[in-house]
Amino acid sequence: MKKTVFLGALTVAGLAAGASAAATLDDVKARGVLNCGVNTGLVGFAAPDADGVWGGFDVAVCRAVAAAVLSDANAVTFVPLTGKTRFTALAAGEIDMLARNTTWTFSRDNDLKFEFVGVNYYDGQGFMVPRELGVSSATELDGATVCIQTGTTTELNLADFFRSNNMSYDPVPIETNPEAQQQYLAGACDVYTTDASGLAATRANFENPGDHVVLPEIVSKEPLGPVVRHGDNEWGDIVRWTLNALISAEELGITSANIGELSGGSNNPEINRILGTEGELGAMIGLDGEWAKRALMVGGNYGEIFEANIGEATPIGLSRGLNAQWKDGGLLYSPPFR
Amino acid sequence: MSNTTDLPPQTSFKLSMLINDTRYRSLTFQFIALLGLCFFIAWLISNAVVNLENLGQDISYRFLGNPAGYDINQQPISFSSQDTHLRAAFVGVLNTLIVAFLGCITATILGVFAGVLRLSNNWVVSKLMAVYVEAFRNVPVLIWILIIFSIMTVSLPGPRSFRGDNATATMLFDAFAFTNRGVYVPAPVWGSGSLIVVLTFVLSVIAMIAYRRYATKVLYDTGRLLPTLWPSIAIFFLPTILMFFIMGRPIGLDYPELRGFNFQGGIQVRGSLIALWFALSLYTGAFIAENVRAGIMAISKGQTEAAGALGLRPNRIMNLVILPQALRIIIPPLISQYLNLTKNSSLAIAVGYMDVTGTLGGITLNQTGRAIEAVLLLMLFYLLISLGISAIMNVYNNAVKLKER
Repeated sequence: MKKTVFLGALTVAGLAAGASAAATLDDVKARGVLNCGVNTGLVGFAAPDADGVWGGFDVAVCRAVAAAVLSDANAVTFVPLTGKTRFTALAAGEIDMLARNTTWTFSRDNDLKFEFVGVNYYDGQGFMVPRELGVSSATELDGATVCIQTGTTTELNLADFFRSNNMSYDPVPIETNPEAQQQYLAGACDVYTTDASGLAATRANFENPGDHVVLPEIVSKEPLGPVVRHGDNEWGDIVRWTLNALISAEELGITSANIGELSGGSNNPEINRILGTEGELGAMIGLDGEWAKRALMVGGNYGEIFEANIGEATPIGLSRGLNAQWKDGGLLYSPPFR
Repeated sequence: MSNTTDLPPQTSFKLSMLINDTRYRSLTFQFIALLGLCFFIAWLISNAVVNLENLGQDISYRFLGNPAGYDINQQPISFSSQDTHLRAAFVGVLNTLIVAFLGCITATILGVFAGVLRLSNNWVVSKLMAVYVEAFRNVPVLIWILIIFSIMTVSLPGPRSFRGDNATATMLFDAFAFTNRGVYVPAPVWGSGSLIVVLTFVLSVIAMIAYRRYATKVLYDTGRLLPTLWPSIAIFFLPTILMFFIMGRPIGLDYPELRGFNFQGGIQVRGSLIALWFALSLYTGAFIAENVRAGIMAISKGQTEAAGALGLRPNRIMNLVILPQALRIIIPPLISQYLNLTKNSSLAIAVGYMDVTGTLGGITLNQTGRAIEAVLLLMLFYLLISLGISAIMNVYNNAVKLKER
């Protein structure tokens, strides 16, 4: 009996996946709501505020896509997902896109049959320790107890880092960031490791952030980006170019302040093409001409979203670093809108 | 005259009889239902296979041979991140068995005590046990696991508190350290000659059992009651202690010591294991207590009165008359409680205990994305473990059940 139930569940999952493999755009339009997978709660990236309204850096991407496709930045159902459940939810069609600081790796892209549409945050794995331990480098962590979120690439990086440095450690696997925070603060582990941005966000949440230091070593490359299912290229293109529009807008100086003025027409043809006053770019991805304009009007361009959610003026206080525009020495480089 | 050649009508079989004849009708319907079920299952499987193919995914167990790439904290057998996923799954199975074994033993002890005490004439004791049973039986086990783990994490000191001149925490007898990462106890160090000590111990255990059998035999043959408690204790301890000193104290103790970030040496009983073990024991113990109470109450009051009339004291009545009869009723539901405990141990990941759901069904599943393969394998593991427990307990049940002659 149990077997039957399981196979039944399997089939339902299979059917759902099969049905949603194609034409996600039509599904979203018919539904009128975008289902977006986000973190279960990481301040600055994806967390509900006191009124239950989701906000954050990853959430902004979801809202921009919703605005581009559905003309309503609030037509989003946020599905909080753990590191373990996110891929199953995406593969089964439970969500249309995943914006949950997910690292772009070869096997996820190819073996899991997903499509990373770009990178919205260039991250790397770091370590946080209490200041009183007097540790100044990750190479001094031999024998430490390390809290780690299970089901993430950080788990593998951690094993590799300690092995290559001939050090031993004691992993304490934990499901979610809030639990890890609790364990770390109670002293059940000496070190908390996750992406450096996540560490900064977690640390900002502490009562005394100054009592904890993020060690200088970054032990991995973690390009985080939105993910969609493999096989629906139209939908993938929409998410990809919405992200690119946010990045290009910063490069070209389109901000939420001047977008009204610029959409009346400007001297720069690329700005005109993005905002839909020139050319037919919207029609090429199955949307109307003002898709990018709507996406940009939600939270402004990439730089504005960054500063509002995780920038130096926020408690999280991340500097742009690798996430600056290519002109400013960063890695953000959007293909041209042409 | 044609009567003699007429065959009786019921011997000829017609197809319509499959429906109309009550002798065949039920078989027909059962067969149709079975056929329908087979088709349904076949359709489900083929559907899953086709849809997986459409998604470009195949069913393959090759990932089991690849390096796991992650580390496991509690390793009954050695494991490094370069070992295979299969070995990681095996480590997980062993961890599941460890917590299931410990949990079953503790739950049984707790359950028997609580069940017997709940029937006590002492009002306070019986009500206390009622509170225990109702509190633990009616709150989900996951919540108990989390509560116990949180209490341990928050209330016990971290290893850092043991450091320095003005340490806020001290070790018990300089040998036991209770930290929020677990309990550290001294580990035995086996020197040369320790094998003889262990052998002596095994032999004295056998001798103790033999002595108790002998005492029973004497009791049955002659009616003479030999003392059993003190001789048993003496046989259990004395030869081993004597041999230990004769061999020149070959077994030493490795005391845990604070070095670097953690205590080193000794045996670490992890906080996650303790929390899981306690929560599962207390939870399942409450159910077992009810089984025990039911078993005892099913024995007619006349048995107690008859035994009392023979002059037996209350604890002997319980041990010699009531419990042996009650066991017949207690054992079958006890088996299913053991199975429940084992399956509930899959909640281990809530406290970061690396059981088979945590390794194979957690990290391996995640890193390889082979969800269906991993889950099928996981089901197989739990099925085997559960059937194993059932088989063992059924042997015991057959030994104690009422034998009809």
